[in-house]
Amino acid sequence: MDQDKRDRDAGSGGNPPGDSWVNGLPQGRRWSGIAWSLLFLLVPVLGTATFVIAPYYNHWFPKDVSVHGRSIDDLFYFILVLTGVIFLATELILFWFMWKYDAAASSKPATYIHGSHALEVVWTIIPAATMLFLAIYQMNTWADIKMRRPRMSPSAEVVARQFEWRIRYPGRDETLGTPDDLFIVNDLHVPVDEDFLIQLKSMDVLHSFFLPNLRMKQDAVPGMKQPVWFKATETGTYDIVCAEVCGWGHYKMKGRVTIESRADFDRWLARIEAEQKATQRGPDEIPIAAAD
Amino acid sequence: MSTVTQPHAPSPATAPHDPRAPHDQAVPQRSMSLSTFLSTYVFSKDHKVIGLQFLFSTLVWFLIGGLLALAVRWQVAWPWSDVPVLGKLFAQQGGQMAPEFYTMLFTMHATVMIFLVIIPILAGAFGNFLIPLMIGADDMAFPTLNMLSYWFMWPAFFFFGVSFFVEGGAAAGGWTSYPPLSTSTVSAPGSGMGQTLWLLGLTMVGVSSMLGSVNYMTTIILMRAPGMTMFRLPMTIWAMFITAILQAFALPVLTAAGFMQLTDRLIGTGFFSPEGNIINNAMSGAGGGQPILWQHLFWFYSHPAVYIMILPAMGMVSDILTTFARKPLFGYRPMVYSIAGIAGLGFIVWGHHMFISGMNPALGITFMVATMMIALPSAVKTFNWLGTIWGGRIHYTTAMLFAISFVSMFIIGGLSGIFMAATPVDIFIHDTYFIVAHFHYVLFAGTAMGVWAGIYYWFPKMFGRTMNEFWGKVHFFLTFTFLNGTFFTMHILGAVGFPRRLADAYHYETFHHLQPLNAFMTWCAIGMVTSQIVFAINFFWSMFRGPIAGRNPWNANTLEWTAPSPPGHGNFDFQPVVYRGPYEYSVPGCEKDYLMQTDPPHPAEAAAAAAAHA
Ligand code: HEM
Ligand SMILES: [Cu+2]
Ligand SMILES: [Cu+2]
Repeated sequence: MDQDKRDRDAGSGGNPPGDSWVNGLPQGRRWSGIAWSLLFLLVPVLGTATFVIAPYYNHWFPKDVSVHGRSIDDLFYFILVLTGVIFLATELILFWFMWKYDAAASSKPATYIHGSHALEVVWTIIPAATMLFLAIYQMNTWADIKMRRPRMSPSAEVVARQFEWRIRYPGRDETLGTPDDLFIVNDLHVPVDEDFLIQLKSMDVLHSFFLPNLRMKQDAVPGMKQPVWFKATETGTYDIVCAEVCGWGHYKMKGRVTIESRADFDRWLARIEAEQKATQRGPDEIPIAAAD
Repeated sequence: MSTVTQPHAPSPATAPHDPRAPHDQAVPQRSMSLSTFLSTYVFSKDHKVIGLQFLFSTLVWFLIGGLLALAVRWQVAWPWSDVPVLGKLFAQQGGQMAPEFYTMLFTMHATVMIFLVIIPILAGAFGNFLIPLMIGADDMAFPTLNMLSYWFMWPAFFFFGVSFFVEGGAAAGGWTSYPPLSTSTVSAPGSGMGQTLWLLGLTMVGVSSMLGSVNYMTTIILMRAPGMTMFRLPMTIWAMFITAILQAFALPVLTAAGFMQLTDRLIGTGFFSPEGNIINNAMSGAGGGQPILWQHLFWFYSHPAVYIMILPAMGMVSDILTTFARKPLFGYRPMVYSIAGIAGLGFIVWGHHMFISGMNPALGITFMVATMMIALPSAVKTFNWLGTIWGGRIHYTTAMLFAISFVSMFIIGGLSGIFMAATPVDIFIHDTYFIVAHFHYVLFAGTAMGVWAGIYYWFPKMFGRTMNEFWGKVHFFLTFTFLNGTFFTMHILGAVGFPRRLADAYHYETFHHLQPLNAFMTWCAIGMVTSQIVFAINFFWSMFRGPIAGRNPWNANTLEWTAPSPPGHGNFDFQPVVYRGPYEYSVPGCEKDYLMQTDPPHPAEAAAAAAAHA
């Protein structure tokens, strides 16, 4: 009981035996403090290296072939530089403090300080201003991509269902939902250098219409019609990916988007039209109308 | 015994025991009857026993969640190849994983980790164990409620557990459980019974959290020891307090939404089902509802929940950093205010999970601004942690290494949040591995590392013995290295647009070259899980064989270190009276480098305070 009381008064006692435990706290060796701080130094070093090296191995953005994609990528780089600077600064400071203030490195007592009002103000105001700037800076890009829809009737309708993309072109009358509509599955064709407006729907569950090369993604929600628009800048064939889990076959819900010249696009449409007339394929066989 | 409301008197009468003898509270005599055994170890109302029950249960689920993660990683790295070991366990088509099995795996991995590990280990295990001890109370305000909060986890364990074995398997709609996939029973194999059980399990976790939350708030407000003002509370307690408030306000929404989804499934209420939906060539449900409504309700809870999943870890890390830097916490009040700020803002940012969901894009802008602003208190906390170790005398204990790594890793997770908060960038990276990188940096590299810091730090208080430092450091080194190998590279996958939740993405031209990187990450993940063997052995070995710890093995300041290790029933063998804040380390002129909260006023303090104001 006396020992117990003494413990309490001293606030300490009964430490594990062994000479590495001095005055209550395990005393490290200097080399271990150095080693641990170097381990933490690896975080900014290897972290930065990863981001620098990855593009050289083609582990980076897929090629951008859209008009607005440029502003998304630029914004990404802007944030990358901004956060990169903060990342390096804070991680290097952490490393430096770990290295310098290792208890085994000096016998100086710790600084008795509870904070600094001035510092708090500085490191509140500066990030606040930066974040506010970033918030305002990007609004316009967002509005361009998701809010300022081109004034035109839809160039095509994409209806997602487990596990395919059903695509419908308006046909010669340029109106969706008429008998001359053209139907095709998983094979979207888009004329280059023109605004292209898609009406996106889903028949069953959520899906997400993801065009990595066009920097476009939009969830398809049953019961809603989502407008999706973009302007392609280069011809080629690229992936359409489903990015919202939609069931067991989600991984294989793959489509292709072909960007081609106006002439090629028209030729392709004509061919689809001819094929469709020949096989008499129409809305009856594809229950797309039900989703209207 | 003056100002405190104590439901039952502390027990100085039971004091004559050796505080260093382990298990002095339980007195496990051979003659113990079954009912004593049950009331002491099983249906105990002692907050410490309940805390440890939470700890053991969640650690078991942590292992299960980890194995599920490895199975997920296996499929991502080597799709459709035979799964070793686990393949036999769930023998599907000859050891090879079916895609619906894969969707179930990632759903249940996240579900287990979030609802059965992270939330209950922070609030349930650490909250329970630490709150009364750190505020100087002899137990929680409502011990029975506390016991129930643990026992309500068991129906949850049961529902989630058996769901693996029902027809169609466990839930497979993602941990976010978005309808109509989750409400329409025909939409996927896992949308059958498994999904119903999932919803029931979730509700039980909610009940448990709610019981805990009410208890924590009451206890912290009413049962603090004399002299323990709110602004003398350690950060751990502040964090637990604000977390409890978050739970209390956010949970009802999730519970209600869960019931709506349940009735949609069972009696066709159609809250989340649109008109005329055709799933699997069959008309589905009543209609008249909105799938996006679920997302709003779900994230209204689940965004605050991500803070429920990190604030307590932030609190614990703050305490551990000060102890091993032998320095007062830098900016105590800003630290408190920033937690409160995170909690407040946390309620108005949920829409950042829905930027491209079809939600009004103008609404997206307001959520974007709020999200940008929530990065601010996170930044303030980080700077104050750096300020805390600046000028300190750092002792590299295992607990300290884990705590420092929390800071280092939280920086990464916080910064990646900014990319996703930028709505135009989020168009590209939403639902890619960039998101997966982000939340593993905050939740695994952050919270889980904070939890380990907490375990190594409070282990002596829990079991009266200290964990082995050498093997602790081995554990730290391996976990830290492998975790970065696993998760840092995910940012790169995200930059390529590599989508999450795909059983096989390599048939896409855009992603076919990413397999080697994914294989590397899977090897790291295997290493990471395997390293936990070191922890498990150290944990159990130290529990019985570790060096006996005294009351205060780390020379720390807070109240729990004045109690015996482990504390007996009623916690303190004297009435703690608090004279100062929790972080008076290295007071100049003081003979030792710490002043416990209970130490009587010291002349050096007055001098130091005068000097500070001069
Ligand atoms: C600096 C502060 C943070 C910011 C700005 C931020 C921002 C975001 C954003 C915008 C998303 C949605 C991304 C998308 O799905 O496209 C997100 C997802 C997520 N965040 Fe954070 N976050 C922050 C901190 C945290 C913290 C502290 C946690 C947890 C402890 C967390 C956990 C998560 C999780 C779990 C998800 C993904 C949920 C899912 O889709 O499965 N975040 N975050
Ligand atoms: Cu899908
Ligand atoms: Cu969120």
